[in-house]
Formats: sequence, structure tokens, C-alpha cells
Amino acid sequence: MDSLDLLLGGFQQALTIENLFYAILGVFLGTAVGVLPGIGPAMTLALLLPITYSVGPDSALIMFAGIYYGGMYGGSTTSILLNTPGESSSVVTAIEGNKMAKKGRAAQALATAAIGSFVAGTIGTLLLVLFAPSVAGQVVKLGNPSNFALILLALFAVTAVLGTSRLRGFIALFLGLTIGLVGGQTGQARLTFGNPLLADGIDIVVVAVAIFAIGEALWVAAHLRRRPLDIIPVGQPWMSREDWGRSWKPWLRGTAFGFPFGALPAGGAEIPTFLSYVTERKLSKHSDEFGKGAIEGVAGPEAANNASAAGTLVPLLAIGLPTTATAAIMLLAIQSYGIETGPQLFDTEPDLVWALLASLFIGNTLLLLLNLPLAPLWAKLLQIPRPYLYAGILFFASLGAYSVSFQPFDLAILLVIGLLGLAMRRFGLPVLPLIIGVILGPKLEEQLTTSLQISSGDISTLWSEPVAVIVYAFIALALVLIVGNGLRTPKPVEPADDKEEVSA
Amino acid sequence: MSVVVMYSPDEFGRVALSYGATEAARRSERLVVVNPTKGDSFVDQKFAREDEMSTLQAALDRLEVESELRHEVVPDIAGAVLAAAGDTGATLIVVGIRPRTPVGKLLLGSVAQRLILDAECPVLAVKPDGSEDLLA
Repeated sequence: MDSLDLLLGGFQQALTIENLFYAILGVFLGTAVGVLPGIGPAMTLALLLPITYSVGPDSALIMFAGIYYGGMYGGSTTSILLNTPGESSSVVTAIEGNKMAKKGRAAQALATAAIGSFVAGTIGTLLLVLFAPSVAGQVVKLGNPSNFALILLALFAVTAVLGTSRLRGFIALFLGLTIGLVGGQTGQARLTFGNPLLADGIDIVVVAVAIFAIGEALWVAAHLRRRPLDIIPVGQPWMSREDWGRSWKPWLRGTAFGFPFGALPAGGAEIPTFLSYVTERKLSKHSDEFGKGAIEGVAGPEAANNASAAGTLVPLLAIGLPTTATAAIMLLAIQSYGIETGPQLFDTEPDLVWALLASLFIGNTLLLLLNLPLAPLWAKLLQIPRPYLYAGILFFASLGAYSVSFQPFDLAILLVIGLLGLAMRRFGLPVLPLIIGVILGPKLEEQLTTSLQISSGDISTLWSEPVAVIVYAFIALALVLIVGNGLRTPKPVEPADDKEEVSA
Repeated sequence: MSVVVMYSPDEFGRVALSYGATEAARRSERLVVVNPTKGDSFVDQKFAREDEMSTLQAALDRLEVESELRHEVVPDIAGAVLAAAGDTGATLIVVGIRPRTPVGKLLLGSVAQRLILDAECPVLAVKPDGSEDLLA
């Protein structure tokens, strides 16, 4: 009952004219960037971080949440009509969705994706409202050693479990940790090269903008001219009675896959969407249609990716651990208001958190209303020439980086890290471990030093709490499994052009 | 010697193709159909899709004149048409004229205008007028 009261209070705050405006703006922007391949919610949030200087925390977070959810919707449109996933989370949707579109059933594919996303998003947000406060209540009781272990687990999980190459993942992670080390916050100057401008460390906003926006813009500039893709024309999305009958079970099963995977520290939408696809293929009465455009293969994964988006907000709000790039930037946004993130967030900022949760329900409904009638309009966005798009992105990126501290030096750092971003895309290094490393590295260190201070230097304090021991055992088990897997099946040599399509 | 047609999969491209085919037959010259794209957006509606290309190829094969189809990604649309005209020794370039408002022209430029100004041969500018549609 308590949660319900708080949620109603949240609705009251989220339904003010101003916040409703930001919610609408967020879902519009989110869908637009979701539709465009290469530009994703994480890049958009990074570019929009400077607005946190002038907009209240509730409005900014409501808009950011709208962009996050909207990106999940928009990605499916591109997958279905163009066979090019707008986001990594809608890769699986393209398999059946594009086949459906080629058979002239684009409208039904878009409809089942949009309605499935709505169903999953709503259920996922409900689960978030139910679970997050109680998870936070448990986590807040943990000591520093357990927090240290949890952060370690998050770093390990996003690096080792996601992505194709663990070596590349760990390279990216250590690059991020190194960037996080720069500065003199601990009292002694590290990696500052005697430069006083580096003494305060590199602002994470600059790093995020550089990696997501500048890196992607340079990458696109290097591959500017590509043969245009054949787009499948589409009218109003709609579904027949049979389509509804074949869709509602995959929606629910997709939600069941998506939410828990999103909530785990090794979140992300790639694994649950894939699992959902495989399950639907097994369970479907129309399994002969799979590979030729089965509606179940669109409904399930699309529900899974939206449910996992809701799921990733559980560790973000309840523990302060981001598990996706977008969640990482949302965490930055919260921190830029001077709000301490972590399990205490529900107690210290209840208004903010519950307004955010309420806005998720509102945003989800807005997205359904927006996406069903406007699908043909969104497809038109794909005709914008890339030079126009990326000129705008570069402009906002530079503006954002400069406005952090009005230091021209930040622009130089922006360019250097942007070149790093380009190199990472060229060599297939995932971006997520880097950004998580930059954000969580300093926190990890802080937890470690506090633990050791309390125990006056006794290192055994790190495994003195049961939760910490369980987490370490879990990491060890995962390591053993990974190493065992690696030893058993000698992998074939990867092709040289194995460049991971990085979706920012 | 050839007649170059600037083609796009819409009414303007089709009327240009229609006049181009007539002119090529009258002059007994090669018909060169050019459909370039700058390739800088994910979708370019003026760039023929695979299925449209095969219909176009079939239509060209039905003609009595020799023909050639250029369907490529180039940095500059008008430049590609002019280059095709130069390569094949064009005696005529046919282009469909799209209505543009002054602001639209300011923003989007005009390929037809560049062709007319820069071409070394006569340029025939045509508008959709219900002449025979070769692709129908």
C-alpha cells in the first residue's frame, strides 16, 4: 500500500504541464534516435546532459526516461522496414520482422512490436515499482566490503558476459578505469602529467560525449557513402484478430525473459531477445513460418527488449549500478544534481524517484499513441543525409563539452577521447565496459579505501560479509566456466573484418 | 555518340526516360540511363530499388536502340551525369524538371540547373505530360 501511495504522489508530480511536456519531448526524441541506426539513446542522453544545468532534476529525468524507452520502440521500426537494426536490442527483431515486411505484412509487424513493447513496458515498470524499493531496502544494509564486491561484479559482468570477445571487453574496461584514475581526488595527483587542468580529473560528461558522439561521428565520416538500403513502404500499423491471438503469449513470455535479465548486473537486451526468439520458434504452432516472417518472432523479442529496459532500472535506482550505456548516462545525470546515487536514493529523494517511475507509465502510453499512427513519418527520418545529422551532433557535442567548465582544454580532451572512440569502433572494442569503467572505477576505489580505513588496513575485511563472499564465489564460478569453455572448444579464427556494430 | 537520361524512380524520371528513348531512336544513338545516389542517407527515394532496377532493365531491353544502365554511388549527382555524358560522347542530356519553391531550391539546390549550365551538349528539360510510360 505504501508503494502505491508514493506512486500516486509520483503521478501527481509527473502529470504537471511542465513534466508532461518533457515526457512528450523525451519520447519523441527517443523514437527519432531509435529509428536512426548509429544514433541511440546513450548518445542522445550524453549530448543532452548539459540541460541538467538549467532544468529541474525531475523534468530532466522524466525526459531521459522517455528517451530510453522511446529508443527501444524506434529501433524496431528500422529493423522491420530496413533490415538494419536501429539498436543492438532489436537485432533479433530484424530476422522475422523484415521477412514479414517483405511479404507485405509490415503494418502487422510494426503493430505487434509497438503493442508488445507497450505491454512489456507496462508490466516491467510495475515489476520495477514492486521490486526496486525492497531491493534497495536490503542493499542499504550492506557494508562497504559488500558494495565493493557488487561493483566488482557489475564491472566483471558487463565485460565478460556481454559482447563477443572477452579480450576486447577487458581492454575497453581497463581503458575506462584508466581514464577514471586521472586526477588528484585522492590527495595525490595521478596521470595528470603535471597539468593543473587535469588535477580535477576528466569530467565524465566529456568522456561520454566524446566516446558516443565524436567517436560515432568520425566513424560515420570514415564510411560516409554507402549504397542506400531498400526501404519497404508502409501504411498504418494494424493487426487482425488472428495476429492478436498469435501475439499475446509471446508478449508475456518476452516480458518474462526481458525483465530478470535487465535487472541482473549483466543486463542488456541482447540475451533475452535472443532467448525469446528461440523459445517462440520452439513453442509456435506455426514453426514452419519461422525464417519466412512469423509474427511470434517479432512479438516476443520486442516485448523482451522493452521489459529489459525496465529491468535495468532496478539496479540503477536500487543499487546505483548501471548495466547499460544508457543507464550509465542516466546515473551521471542524477549525480550532476549533487544527488548521491545508491540504495539510499529511495529514502533521500522519494519525490524524484516516484515521479520518475510514474513518468515511465506515462511515457509508455505516449509511445504507443505516437508510434501506431506515426510509423510512416518515422520512416521518413531515414532520408536525412548523414552530413546534416552529424554536423548537428558535432555542434551539440562541442557545446556540451565546453559548457561543463568553460575550458577550451576540455575541447582538446573531447577530440582526443573521440579519436579513441573511433579507434575502438575500428577495432571492435565495445563501448559499454569503458563508460561503466569510467563511472564505477572511482566508486570502486572509494568503497575499497573506506573498507580498509574501517578495518584499519586489515585486508580480510573484504571477505568478512556473507554477501561479499557469495558475490566473489559467483565471479569465481563464472570465471571457471568461461575459462573451461574457452579450453574445451578451440574457436575458429575470427575473420579480420569482425567489427562490432557499436550502437551508441 | 549517345543520349544520356537522368533517371529516378518517379514520374520525373519516367518522363525523361520516355523522351530519351524517343530521341535515341530518332538519332539512332546509344541510350545511357544514369541513376546515381550520393549514398549519404540510409534511404534515398530517388535511387531505384532492386525490383525497380529489373523492371527498368527489362524496359530497356525491349527498346530497339542499344542501351546502358549506370546505377552507382557518387559524390556528386550532376557530376555523375556530366561524366556519363563526357564518357559516351553525348549529343543530348534529358532531365525531368521538378517544381521547387525558391526556398526549396536554396536548401536543396538544383541538379537540373547544374546540368543545363555545365553540360557541353544541348539539354532537354521535360515535365510529366502524359507521354508514354515505358515501365508501365
